[in-house]
Amino acid sequence: MPEAATMAAGAWAFVARRRGGIRADWTDWVTYGYLLLGVVVMLAPVLWVVLSSFKSEGNLMEFPPTLWPEAARTVEVRGYPRPLPIYEVRMGNATTTLAQVRRVGIEAKMVDPARPEAGLITVPIEDAKPLREFHLGTENYRRLLASAGGTIWSSIYNTVFITVVATVITLVMNSMAAFALSKYRFRGSGAALMAILATLMVPATIVLVPIYLIVSELRLVNNVWGVILPVISTPTGVFLLRQYMLTIPDELIEAARMDHASEWRIFWKLILPLATPALAVVAIFSIMSRWNDFLLPLVILNKPEVYTLQLALAGYSDENGIQYGMLLAMTTLTALPLALGFIFLQRYITTGIASTGIK
Amino acid sequence: MTGRRPACAIARACRFALGLTASIAIAVAHAQEISVQHIHADERAAAVKFMKENPGTKIDFRVVSFQSLLESLPVQLASGEGPDISMVADWGGLSRYYLDIRPYLTAAQAAYFEREFGPILAPMRGGDTKSNAIYGMAGAVTLNGAFVNLTLFRQAHVELPPPGATWDDWAAAARKVAKATHTEMPMEMDRSAHRFASLALSYGAQLVDDQGRFVVDEGLKTAVAKFVGWHRDGTMPMDLWGAVGGTTHLDRFSDFMNGKVVFYFGGSWSLFLMDKTVGDNFDWKVVDAPCGTAGCVVMPGGGAMVGFRHTKHPRLVARYLAFLAREDNMREALARHANIPAAATIVKTGAQYPNDSERVRAALAAFTRQMPNVPERAYAFQGWRFQRAALNALTTRISQILTNELDIDTALAFVKKDVDLAIRASSY
Amino acid sequence: MGSGDRGVRRWVPWLFLAPNLAIIAVFSLLPVLVNVMYSVTGSDNLWPSERPFVGFENFSTLLECGNYFDPATCSRDLFWRAVGNAIVFVPTQVAVMIGFALVTAIALNRNIRARGFFRGVFFFPVMLSPVVVAMTWLWVLQRDGALNGVLGALGFEQVTWLTDPSRAFRWSVFVTVWAHMGFYTIILLAGLQSIPADIYEAAKMDRASPWRVFTRITLPMLKPVLLVVFILAVIRSVQTFDEIYVLTGGGPGTATKMIVHYIFDTGFAVMPRNYGLAAAASLILGAALFVFTALQMRLSRGGGNA
Repeated sequence: MPEAATMAAGAWAFVARRRGGIRADWTDWVTYGYLLLGVVVMLAPVLWVVLSSFKSEGNLMEFPPTLWPEAARTVEVRGYPRPLPIYEVRMGNATTTLAQVRRVGIEAKMVDPARPEAGLITVPIEDAKPLREFHLGTENYRRLLASAGGTIWSSIYNTVFITVVATVITLVMNSMAAFALSKYRFRGSGAALMAILATLMVPATIVLVPIYLIVSELRLVNNVWGVILPVISTPTGVFLLRQYMLTIPDELIEAARMDHASEWRIFWKLILPLATPALAVVAIFSIMSRWNDFLLPLVILNKPEVYTLQLALAGYSDENGIQYGMLLAMTTLTALPLALGFIFLQRYITTGIASTGIK
Repeated sequence: MTGRRPACAIARACRFALGLTASIAIAVAHAQEISVQHIHADERAAAVKFMKENPGTKIDFRVVSFQSLLESLPVQLASGEGPDISMVADWGGLSRYYLDIRPYLTAAQAAYFEREFGPILAPMRGGDTKSNAIYGMAGAVTLNGAFVNLTLFRQAHVELPPPGATWDDWAAAARKVAKATHTEMPMEMDRSAHRFASLALSYGAQLVDDQGRFVVDEGLKTAVAKFVGWHRDGTMPMDLWGAVGGTTHLDRFSDFMNGKVVFYFGGSWSLFLMDKTVGDNFDWKVVDAPCGTAGCVVMPGGGAMVGFRHTKHPRLVARYLAFLAREDNMREALARHANIPAAATIVKTGAQYPNDSERVRAALAAFTRQMPNVPERAYAFQGWRFQRAALNALTTRISQILTNELDIDTALAFVKKDVDLAIRASSY
Repeated sequence: MGSGDRGVRRWVPWLFLAPNLAIIAVFSLLPVLVNVMYSVTGSDNLWPSERPFVGFENFSTLLECGNYFDPATCSRDLFWRAVGNAIVFVPTQVAVMIGFALVTAIALNRNIRARGFFRGVFFFPVMLSPVVVAMTWLWVLQRDGALNGVLGALGFEQVTWLTDPSRAFRWSVFVTVWAHMGFYTIILLAGLQSIPADIYEAAKMDRASPWRVFTRITLPMLKPVLLVVFILAVIRSVQTFDEIYVLTGGGPGTATKMIVHYIFDTGFAVMPRNYGLAAAASLILGAALFVFTALQMRLSRGGGNA
């Protein structure tokens, strides 16, 4: 990786420029070593999945696995409808190239591509070596998007719908509550804040059965709203927004009230725009959580038509059993949107989390 | 006064006639329509044919997933909703919601049902031995079955064990073949206690007694011991039954299709895929079930079509079920979707499968041949209301034995306890 | 405050609060009561009106054990196996995770180039959904996966990473640490960065060794943040479900079955569903979490803040 080279060069230059000091140089090396190891451990598995998703089924089933996606070189042979993979076969002392028609167990039936009419030759598999080339196959993605009548599109739609709608509602609701708790002094505000924060103690995992009952009573089982409604009131969101809104000077609000602006206008036109940075953080958290939600959808959504991407991925197998190629493609696709978003919004996200932690 | 009474009577008669006509009109206006659900889309053809033969009726045919039959249907029925007719995989579990169509059948039809679907009607009554209700029919059943890779046997120069061979014979043969051909797995059985039940019944396990309680007997213990033994000596792969936890159902038909296993114990529903995916890659066949000390048992399964109590058109439901039970319609359904016939007559005379390959037909014949040998206790287990609870418990606990968490006796005691708890929970 | 109609103003904030309070009332507070209701009733019916009162039967079934150290003697052995697993899993996972998070935060806090890049890389797995995390590691760890491939290339035998109970358990710890470490790293990093630089300057003046700097200065100043991180990590660790469910399904056997998985299984995966037991188990878990958090709060306040 070119980064490593620049890093090493930079580290060396940095070290060389040091003006003495307590810390010895070796700690810097150790630091960089640890960080680089961390990069490998964090990224390698994910990159491996992405890389593997471009391999064909046959390629995937090999062991040891090939690093890069490879496909067998194929050749068109007269009399056979599909191109056949080529092997280098040892026969006696010579090696020839034969095309394989089929293989079971320890023997393969091959044919000479130049003389197919000569018939099938039985070759023990140990004498044959496949000829391969690098090949980035997109068939996994194509098959995935077309499989089972395109049910993945409904999963994508469901997930996007849930994420967007839940985030929008969360932003509005939580900022309303934060506004009330930050800009108004009223009796019971402390209790309300406590109640909202208390729900941190009641995660979905310990109220699974009751939530299922309540969603059933509301007739929202197998309905995306059954997954949206229980999660739109986030205590961390309210807390974050409240902290931020507290820093908005009261004078602005007073001035607006002087102008006979209604409370709603003040909220909508004045406070919300000013709170955009905090709203952005809450939005990012919400998008992350809703996209990755698993347990609640697992309980509430039981029909494939309403599955989210996570459910579809976890339960993925089509009528022919688990197809690893498509599974890998699906994993990549499921992770892609957030990964891309992360790359661009990294700064926001990490600052947001840092500020929540220090509370 | 005498003059008025006839007038009153006439008036009353008129009002009655008017009312009657009105209600008939209303009944007709609520057009005869029922909803039918099934997991195979090609069954719609039966609904279309029925509507053609019976103009004025409407069959709303819906395709659903197997998963929703297991999970959504019970919930719907519990709240009084759901389709009018549905395929059910759990024959006895939902029997309290079934509609008895006997009152709507002629005597001849009722006798026909009893003759053709005898073994299945009993489990559908959910263990009520005094009832003679007819709840539905099954045009096709599935059977567990043993699939063997003949090409591998040939390559290894090992003879196929003859019909009547025991499970041990097959295990030994499979081991030899796997060693000679460097095949990954000699034997494999789906991670499903439904498959295991075939093995258990073959060794004399009773599984459920007449009072509807789970039974732990010597037969069951022997079967479990053999099963665990095959995992320990490498005949069966540990990472199927031993690797996953809980009740996860895993079927490894793909291993057989990819030539990775010599002897695969799965089910007849996989035949549908054999032509499509295996094709000519290797030679295979369905062999007669391996035997244990108490017989050569394969568990039946598959879906039965039943009507539900909450329907508003019981008569139409009965007519549709009788239509499905007609011999020509059953034959058509079997040809559409390669399955084993359930009706006694078709089992005897054999069904035709014009759309399937030679090998698949031979396999179906092999299955059909074994149909009469399925013992009553297999049907009783299949139709037991708590079969699902027992299957879940068996799957979980056998995995625990394989990972050395429990020994056989403790594990089976837990299976009994799990099932007893489930029975208790449902008895309120 | 200020001019305006006081009467109207008094309930305006409640209007703004209303939607939020409604949702938490229905989906957070009410469920706790409903959970209690479920735990004291029996039968497999969902609707409360069809559930008969059974008193503490669910709890007694759940808690009945011949020998509490041997789950096989318990009536609901799977619950106790899950508890046993949690007793080992939680401390291990939290310790490893916070350990690595702290080391990484310290590394990131140093004067290094491309800090943003490194920080992003460590945080990246947090963005992945638990299902994606589990699928990724499944793909790497399975018998024919990349890890065995690398081992094979180095001349070692293939290892059954996930089909051996203790290895599966260790990998569960590893995968959950891998997935969540970045989150805590960020928080610890912020905490480290809030320590004023002149304290370090003073230490440098005194020629203190790095280790002394760490133990005498860094750690104490980091204590409040560490406490927050610790509580968050434990609460999340006890509720681990998603990744492990997909990675091992609770197996092999019950080696990686966690408490939430038991609740899910009992209440939703087996037929017939046993809502009573699931609710009872949920209440026990909730009570344990509550006690833990309260204890920590008390200890942190009692221990004196820096």
